[in-house]
Amino acid sequence: MEWVNAVVQGVLLGALYALLATGLSLVFGVMRMVNLAHGDLATLAAYLALVVVQATGVNPFLALPVVVPLMMVLGYLLQRLLLNRSIDHGPLSPLLITFGLSVIIQNVLLDVFSADSRGLDAGTLENESIHLTDQLAVGVFPLLTFVVAVVVLGGLGLILARTQLGRALRATSDDHTAARLVGIDHRHLYAVALAIALGTVAIAGIFLGIRTTFGPSDGPTRLISAFEAVIIGGLGSLWGTLIGGIVLGVAQALGNQVSPSFQLLAGHLVFLAILMFRPHGLFAPASARQT
Amino acid sequence: MSLLEVEHVSSFYGDFQALYDVSLAVDAGETLAIIGANGAGKSTLLNVISGLFPNRGGAIRFEGRLIDRLPAHLRVEAGISLVPEGRRVFPSLTVRENLLIGAYRRRTGRWDVPAVLELFPLLAARSERRAAVLSGGEQQALAIGRALMANPRLLLLDEVSLGLAPVIVSQLYAAIPQIAAAGTTVLLVEQNIEQALAASKRVCCLLEGRIALSGRPADLSRDAIVTAYFGI
Repeated sequence: MEWVNAVVQGVLLGALYALLATGLSLVFGVMRMVNLAHGDLATLAAYLALVVVQATGVNPFLALPVVVPLMMVLGYLLQRLLLNRSIDHGPLSPLLITFGLSVIIQNVLLDVFSADSRGLDAGTLENESIHLTDQLAVGVFPLLTFVVAVVVLGGLGLILARTQLGRALRATSDDHTAARLVGIDHRHLYAVALAIALGTVAIAGIFLGIRTTFGPSDGPTRLISAFEAVIIGGLGSLWGTLIGGIVLGVAQALGNQVSPSFQLLAGHLVFLAILMFRPHGLFAPASARQT
Repeated sequence: MSLLEVEHVSSFYGDFQALYDVSLAVDAGETLAIIGANGAGKSTLLNVISGLFPNRGGAIRFEGRLIDRLPAHLRVEAGISLVPEGRRVFPSLTVRENLLIGAYRRRTGRWDVPAVLELFPLLAARSERRAAVLSGGEQQALAIGRALMANPRLLLLDEVSLGLAPVIVSQLYAAIPQIAAAGTTVLLVEQNIEQALAASKRVCCLLEGRIALSGRPADLSRDAIVTAYFGI
């Protein structure tokens, strides 16, 4: 029963990783750009929520309607004013710029909020749980995280599949010059993509902040988890990202069951195994596998 | 006033000059073909008109408005659509999605998905297939259909016949009179002289980045065309 419990908790934790990875997956899919500041932006969102909570005393969930739009605006401006300038100069420039951004965000957070670990307090919800059987219980908050992750990924999937914005994002990903020829302003579209990505990052950052404590230099660790979820699931597949997150979460939970010190290592080992035996991930679209 | 006026336009790839002081006017409703050998600057000219390449010197006017500084995506909104060399359909999108994205700028007019599928029946049976799996001819039809979805006033066609079987080429060229009849002005670039002469009311021949000859197909002698084409 302990093992079943570990798998269930792992699935729920994995959804959080998937939520964190969504934006990374989208940005890479549309712009072929790896955003090394991704994890730090999630941490930034958690701190912004902390500011809102401290200023108003509201529940951190109520900070979402403030922080999510704020991060989306930040994403749009970041792409439009900074990253678009570098994106035509090959993959290295955006990599260096986002790396620099990562360092800057960490140091600004350190300067403003000190090195102390902080947390977002969602009240009694954090400790409530539902008993499925005598021995198996799931926490209400992890369950809520799972539902939110599925809704966000599913919603984004629907936007990509069904709307003109989604078609425009996929078309630009295919061929950005041809996209200009149908009237798409690819620079605007890139900015919209980063705005959407940072919207999902904001949600992930706040849920992470409620689940665990966070500090100014946590970003890179978050980035690694997100990366692993994206790669395990397969680049360019949103549902693959959800499965990737869950595989990572379950691997960590099972590793933890063996020995608590084995938790993170188990996740990394599964990631390594996937890289060795299925380098395109579990659910890469056929088009990605050909290249 | 002509629909499109290209006045004394030059264009460069780095240090290499591809167009020298080219002037050209296209009247509304006509079908003009630009012929020329490989590297004569035909595609460059279309890319300059569509805004993918900048022109250096000279002016480009569309409906009397100066569009030199207008980015490519806004030229689509203004009514200029290019079917690029090599087709460049979106491979991961279905045929229908390729057409729908063609209407991104929401210009209204004669062309919508059913109208394009009627023009190119070979696409209709494949509308839910991804463009990547289409044959070259089907991709070319899709590229033309995608450009039509923008309901352009001026349609630029770059080397429609390139790499395609003659039977497919004649099917595609059969669509041009219908496109013109719907009120779209067509400017096409073609290496195949016969095809170009048959499809157009007027031809221009480019030779090493300069216009060497222009006139109505009936008025041009075979020798004059060959001389202008090869420069011998």
